[in-house]
Amino acid sequence: MKRFLIPLGIFIVLVIFLGIGLKLDPREVPSPLIGKPAPDFRLALLSDPAKQLSPADLRGKVWLFNVWASWCASCRQEHDLLLNLSRQGSVPIYGMDYKDQPGDAQAVLNRYGNPYVETVVDLDGRTGINYGVYGVPETYLIDKNGIIRYKHTGPVTQAILDKKILPLVKELQQ
Amino acid sequence: MKPWMMVFVLWLPFSALAGEAQPVAEDPVLEQRMIKLSEDLRCLVCQNESLAGSHADLAQDLRQEIREQMRAGKSDGQVIDYLTQRYGDFVLYKPPVKPLTWLLWFGPFALLIGAVGGLYSYIKRRGNRPVDAPLSEEEKKRVAALLGNNGNKS
Repeated sequence: MKRFLIPLGIFIVLVIFLGIGLKLDPREVPSPLIGKPAPDFRLALLSDPAKQLSPADLRGKVWLFNVWASWCASCRQEHDLLLNLSRQGSVPIYGMDYKDQPGDAQAVLNRYGNPYVETVVDLDGRTGINYGVYGVPETYLIDKNGIIRYKHTGPVTQAILDKKILPLVKELQQ
Repeated sequence: MKPWMMVFVLWLPFSALAGEAQPVAEDPVLEQRMIKLSEDLRCLVCQNESLAGSHADLAQDLRQEIREQMRAGKSDGQVIDYLTQRYGDFVLYKPPVKPLTWLLWFGPFALLIGAVGGLYSYIKRRGNRPVDAPLSEEEKKRVAALLGNNGNKS
């Protein structure tokens, strides 16, 4: 009997490890930027290319930084959710249009609604690289001191919003 | 439409394609260095490809970034630091040895040592069994009795 227990034990341990491996999302790359200051930029606004925005202008505010593009299909998935969030007004959302034609991006906002207080335009993707963007949409939560507190890669879901983002927003706004 | 115009119109898409060819690097030495470095880096979009071999948009941007940094005189180490600050150790195919990665680096050796130890003790225990003890007189008689009748047949 004991002879079978050892292989069985090894097998069970293996199954547990493989099971955990299945649950992990390989696309979820931990960002080294969490707890670090949000990389600086000074980019033109989508609404008015003559004006610029920098994270320094948002000091003292807790804000969401959502990287999106008109060519990004999964950005459409989170669009309604972001619209709802902006209507609730609990946290301002600033967008960054990543490697996109500003005209196309504006057309998307005109058609589906605009959840963003402002959207900055990152034409060449340089700012995206500084933020470690590798797959839009990506969403960062930045605190009053300009520190990145949370990052989500992929479309934001209601569960992520309710369980992770909004509680953290509430905590940081105090 | 006249036939020669038709030829011209049909030719148009090809000329557009030709325009999109990647610019050839002006500095082959730097290009070699860039490719050598980016072979050890992971493309984040298609994670099983290296940065050198990927056609993803982001990989092209990052290769351009590496090229520019090298041109500006940055060392390989500085370029790698630049990337890990943004994308984490995940971009490295060869992760650094630090407490978090000890299991990754030394785990296989620990398993090997454990397995060798297990095998050694197993063999040792088996070796103690009196398998090769000489047969006693009684046993010899029994063997002879069992084989006696058939012994010469085979």
